[in-house]
Amino acid sequence: MLLNEILALSAEHLWLVAVAVITAAAIAGPLAVLLTRHARPRRWTLAAVNVIQTIPSLALFGFLLPLPLIGGVGKRTAIVALVLYALLPILRNTVVGIMGIDPHVRQSAVAMGMTDSQILRSVELPLAMPMILAGLRIATVTTIGTATIAAAIGGGGLGTFVFRGIAMVDTKTILAGAVPAALMAITADEVLEWVERRFSV
Amino acid sequence: MNGLPEANINYDGPMAALVEFQSLTYEIAGRAVLRGIDLRIEENETVVLLGRSGSGKTTLLKMVNRLLEPSSGAVLFSGKSVTASDPITLRRGIGYVIQEGGLFPHQSVAQNVGLVPWLQGWPEDRIAARVRELLEAVGLSAAVYAGRYPKQLSGGEKQRVGIARALAADPPLLLLDEPFAALDPITRFEMQQHFSRLRKAYGKTALFVTHDIREALLLGTRIALLHEGRLDVVASPDDFLRTESVHARAFLATLNEWSPN
Repeated sequence: MLLNEILALSAEHLWLVAVAVITAAAIAGPLAVLLTRHARPRRWTLAAVNVIQTIPSLALFGFLLPLPLIGGVGKRTAIVALVLYALLPILRNTVVGIMGIDPHVRQSAVAMGMTDSQILRSVELPLAMPMILAGLRIATVTTIGTATIAAAIGGGGLGTFVFRGIAMVDTKTILAGAVPAALMAITADEVLEWVERRFSV
Repeated sequence: MNGLPEANINYDGPMAALVEFQSLTYEIAGRAVLRGIDLRIEENETVVLLGRSGSGKTTLLKMVNRLLEPSSGAVLFSGKSVTASDPITLRRGIGYVIQEGGLFPHQSVAQNVGLVPWLQGWPEDRIAARVRELLEAVGLSAAVYAGRYPKQLSGGEKQRVGIARALAADPPLLLLDEPFAALDPITRFEMQQHFSRLRKAYGKTALFVTHDIREALLLGTRIALLHEGRLDVVASPDDFLRTESVHARAFLATLNEWSPN
């Protein structure tokens, strides 16, 4: 019975993480590409996303609770917070990956007569791919950890065990949440690192 | 000075210049980089832009394919102002070679060389045939090198691939920005000779930036010496050796240590 609950909460946890990371990637990817083209918004956007990252996660969940539309107790609020945390690594790595390409390579791409979108698709994204994937990996692994706190605002997932265990002062119940979450993080790290290596130049 | 190409350019001829700079100036952040450049480059010439660091030679080169735009004056390519041309079409019609070739590290030698034909939508078999032809022309066996990646090449090999890439779509003009500067002296000498033969065989016009006086004398049909954004001397190699210009003499003085065969 405990095993069934672990499996159910693990699935829920994984779902929270997947929705948050995919949403964050869908926002951060195109935003990062835009930012590589414009220096001034790049600085303040990265600064803003950096600030979000410094807010303690429990506090951020608390801040979001009273907000209309995105707030309230439940999964939606949890996902909004997780997306905000996952933005930074993806955004920063994509920007740094593209900006870090050898300027000679970009210059010769321009000089050969490639259009901006050809340069993006055929030069910048392939060359930045290992960095972008590293950003996705960091975002995924940290989101798996942060998602345990989502249970505090009714987000569900493996954090449910952790908070229940804390309330009952029962180590075994805490471990029932913490161990699967740790295994999930390690597995995600290994799998995504393998994908990253396959893309490295 | 055996082996120097003969300067046989008819400056008074009615032939249209392939490239023409007209009272060209370029300023950035209040600093004048180019101050009134007038120069005509005829077909089949190799004009070497010689100068010290910061003399404006690379800037002048970049004006031709619109990597930079003039502050005033004009650049004509085939009689047409480049600023009135679509930059993408313009660039696909001009070969460009930089140090280390500027090769794409994630693409094979064949993909690098076939880049401009691919951009122009050539059919695949025609691109493959052109790539083979050019690799052989620059002295690389297509069977051996087509599938390699830039990191598997030596400096000289990268440069050969860079030149093959610039020639791929058969542009009338090549722009070369210190292409051999990073090579060891022996490889460099081989590449200079090879480039010279190749340019003649393909009948290309070249604008070649260097700070190396030996390279300028070896490759140039004319040498254009830039000093602080102005053209100081424009002369054939033979005339350049006899010029009175102090800036040219300063370059020639570096040859004293060198004894030609």
